Amino acid sequence: MEEKTLIVEDLCAGFPTLRGEVCVLDHVSLEVAKGKITGLVGESGCGKSMTARAVMNLIRFPGRVTSGRILLEGQDLGSMGKKERRMLQGQEISMIFQDPMTSLNPVMKVGKQVDETVLLHEHVTRDEAKKRTLEMFEAAGVPDPERRYHCYPHQLSGGLRQRVMIAMAMICRPKLLIADEPTTALDVTVEAQILDLMKEMSRKGTGILLISHNLGVIAQVCDDAYVMYAGKIAEQADICTLFDHPAHPYTKGLLSAVSSLRNGCETLKTIPGNVPDLSRLPAGCCFSPRCDCCRQECKEKAPEMREIGPGHSVRCFAAEGVTAE
Amino acid sequence: MLRKKEKQIVAAFEHRAGDEIGEQETFGVLMRRMLRENKLAAVSLLVIILMFLCMALAPMLTSYGETDMDLLNRLQPPSGAHLLGTDEGGRDVLTRLLYGSRVSLMVGIVPTLLSMVLGALLGVVAGYRGGLTDTVIMRLADVVLAFPSMLLAMVIMYTLGGGLFNVFLTLTLMNWGSVARIARSETLRLKESEYVEAARSIGVSGWNIIRRHILPNCLPTLIVLFTLNVPAAILTESSLSFLGLGIQPPSASWGLMVNTGRQYLYNAPWLSFAPSAAIMVAVLSFNFLGDGLRDVLDPRQRKQ
Amino acid sequence: MKRLVQALLVLLLVSLLLFIMLRIVPGNPVAVLMGEHANQETIDRVTAELGLDQPIHVQFFRYLTGAVRGDFGTSYSLGKPVSQLIGSAFLNTLLLSLAAALFAWITGGICGVLAAIRKNSIADRLFMGFSLLGISMPVFMVAMILQYVFAYWLHWVPISGTADWRSFILPAIALGWNSAGSIARLIRSALLDILEDDYIDTARAKGLSKTSVLFRHALRNTMLPTVTMMALQFSALLSGAVITETIFSINGIGRLAVQAINARDVPLLQGTVLFSTALVILGNLIADLLYKVLDPRTRKEA
Repeated sequence: MEEKTLIVEDLCAGFPTLRGEVCVLDHVSLEVAKGKITGLVGESGCGKSMTARAVMNLIRFPGRVTSGRILLEGQDLGSMGKKERRMLQGQEISMIFQDPMTSLNPVMKVGKQVDETVLLHEHVTRDEAKKRTLEMFEAAGVPDPERRYHCYPHQLSGGLRQRVMIAMAMICRPKLLIADEPTTALDVTVEAQILDLMKEMSRKGTGILLISHNLGVIAQVCDDAYVMYAGKIAEQADICTLFDHPAHPYTKGLLSAVSSLRNGCETLKTIPGNVPDLSRLPAGCCFSPRCDCCRQECKEKAPEMREIGPGHSVRCFAAEGVTAE
Repeated sequence: MLRKKEKQIVAAFEHRAGDEIGEQETFGVLMRRMLRENKLAAVSLLVIILMFLCMALAPMLTSYGETDMDLLNRLQPPSGAHLLGTDEGGRDVLTRLLYGSRVSLMVGIVPTLLSMVLGALLGVVAGYRGGLTDTVIMRLADVVLAFPSMLLAMVIMYTLGGGLFNVFLTLTLMNWGSVARIARSETLRLKESEYVEAARSIGVSGWNIIRRHILPNCLPTLIVLFTLNVPAAILTESSLSFLGLGIQPPSASWGLMVNTGRQYLYNAPWLSFAPSAAIMVAVLSFNFLGDGLRDVLDPRQRKQ
Repeated sequence: MKRLVQALLVLLLVSLLLFIMLRIVPGNPVAVLMGEHANQETIDRVTAELGLDQPIHVQFFRYLTGAVRGDFGTSYSLGKPVSQLIGSAFLNTLLLSLAAALFAWITGGICGVLAAIRKNSIADRLFMGFSLLGISMPVFMVAMILQYVFAYWLHWVPISGTADWRSFILPAIALGWNSAGSIARLIRSALLDILEDDYIDTARAKGLSKTSVLFRHALRNTMLPTVTMMALQFSALLSGAVITETIFSINGIGRLAVQAINARDVPLLQGTVLFSTALVILGNLIADLLYKVLDPRTRKEA
């Protein structure tokens, strides 16, 4: 049994609106194993970022976690005191964000921003912190670290900024790294380098939760993945199974949209309809309005996650598993 | 209320019927929305309307004449007969306040309106034409804006002499600078927009472009600016009159009343307090209204 | 550099405009000053002495060359050189303005920050209520209320004059009151925007406490829009000083200007207004420079 770095159990989160409580995360459960990269895929607004923020305790009022547990290496984060919880961040769990330009303080030198993490969590002097930062810069592939240390964020390119973010996240050698769309704002060549960096980090033992709407990125680096839709996990499998034998109609739709580009067909395959309004979800399966194999029971009952193969679960009545060949 | 990201999520999910149909939000619709959502702005609008009513109906609201002196009853504190007391000439303070509102409010509104028109025209022309016209107009605006406001007002009043008309002129000449600057920056922004390019490419003349495309789009910003400049004008006039440089007796303005009341500050504080409070209410109302308008009009602008 | 040249140009135009405005007043100022009984001969003699019979551009040129040397003419009403009068009055205005600015920034800053971090709470509404009082009360109203309550009624501070440091307290508060209101509103809205920025999330993800995030990250970025406001404040402070100095009988530049107008003392009026405007222009330049220092994004790349 693999060691699990992160276990999320039945996490529910939402926020009150004028129309009542909107549930953004509905019994989300996922696991990240030690030294592995787990992907979390879905369209914009499906709740992936919200999940990340819930783990990082970054959901801002009036949004809040309403139920569920988050376990980091077995430790229940919800039962911790505030200060204890806060000190975990940056040290045991860290996060990198989508847009490195806005995620770094524009009026502070980048070196100082990275130093701050070390100085906060470990008892080191400023000089030692600077040394650690420079080491991390090198490990993250920042060329000429000495010079870059004194740069401001706007003086660095997008790829460099993201490397700085990674250095900042990894400097205290966290057990879990959450990467929220880390390469979306970067161009393809830089993206490849950043993904290589992440693979290297996972090899060294860090568990990574990689969030993306880009299936290509997920396919390249993840060991297994979860597909999210409208705040629920729709399917979960290891990466080969997911891409070769997708079970959920939504996953199938996503993949066929991508492969139609690759195979060059006349019309791009899309999933008809729109992402649902979370405050007005349909009864039954929330994907039913857009599903082409929708049955009567799908419109009446909401399906639960069920296992259809080893390590492969899906939230659908119609899906059938395929045994590993 | 909600964080940026959460706002994005909510925005993605919330459908607003108007957006789908592409409903054009007319000024009336916006005003109604503002009044519905922003209680403070609604109350302020009411207060302003009330003030205008007082101004117009002054003779009917009080039984005393504007200059009715009653030397036997000088410096009386507020009482049943005189709701706000009497001043040093025995005149009813409330009456003077009501009649004074005519001057003070008009002095707030008319010159601001005029300076808006002047400033907007100059600013738009400067922004649209560019080049020498732009430089000249902007340097002039810079010069006007460099003076501390009271000192500029004082110098212009000195040159023109005292009296109501000159106060109007002074306030107009003082304020066009900031309007011009804003109008110019809006024009520069709009000049680059696609529909202006399109209009130019089909040969619409400069003037028509300004008239049909640029001015209407500057209008929301200018309206907000107007409501925020009126209180400044009221304050400047009251300060000028307070120093004895603005409205001259026997006409009343709130600022002048404060000045004359100052001599009796310690034994008859209501003489200065009543007009000061009136000034404050006027200033607050216009500020709130301006804020409310800005909330309603500006986000719409950015969407465009 | 370009900014400096522009500023000097504006200053030149300002002095020109001022000169013209003050000289086109109908009537001979000398005649007015000397009263009804002076005879024409004396008037002519004095006019020639003062150089007022020269064509206007010659007068202006002489004024400029004098000004560069520090000679702004002689006051008609007080008889002393204008530069000397301004010199002694400037100190008082400077002290008053600094005290007012200090009051405004500290009060406004605290109100704004506290209101922003406790958004929509009672504290927020209270602080914003204060700021509204700040921007809506005319300077003279604040001054008179303060005078009445604290000097006349409670006898805590002297009513007027510049006897000691205590007499600066009320005028400083009166003068800074308006600015405090504007600053509080500005800081609140700027801070609210900043607290929604992504790097605040990054800071919290690092494990920083809310206070640390506020002071180390948020407030630094709040300085930027507030510095721009400082430039406008210079102008407002000098403007408000006119009233404040009059009410509290402080011998400063504002009061000097009022005296000059009442006495139709053109050189004095010209000198005080020119001086004040020059200060405003200088203040704007400094604010621009300060902005460059604070925001690394505006600096030229090394």
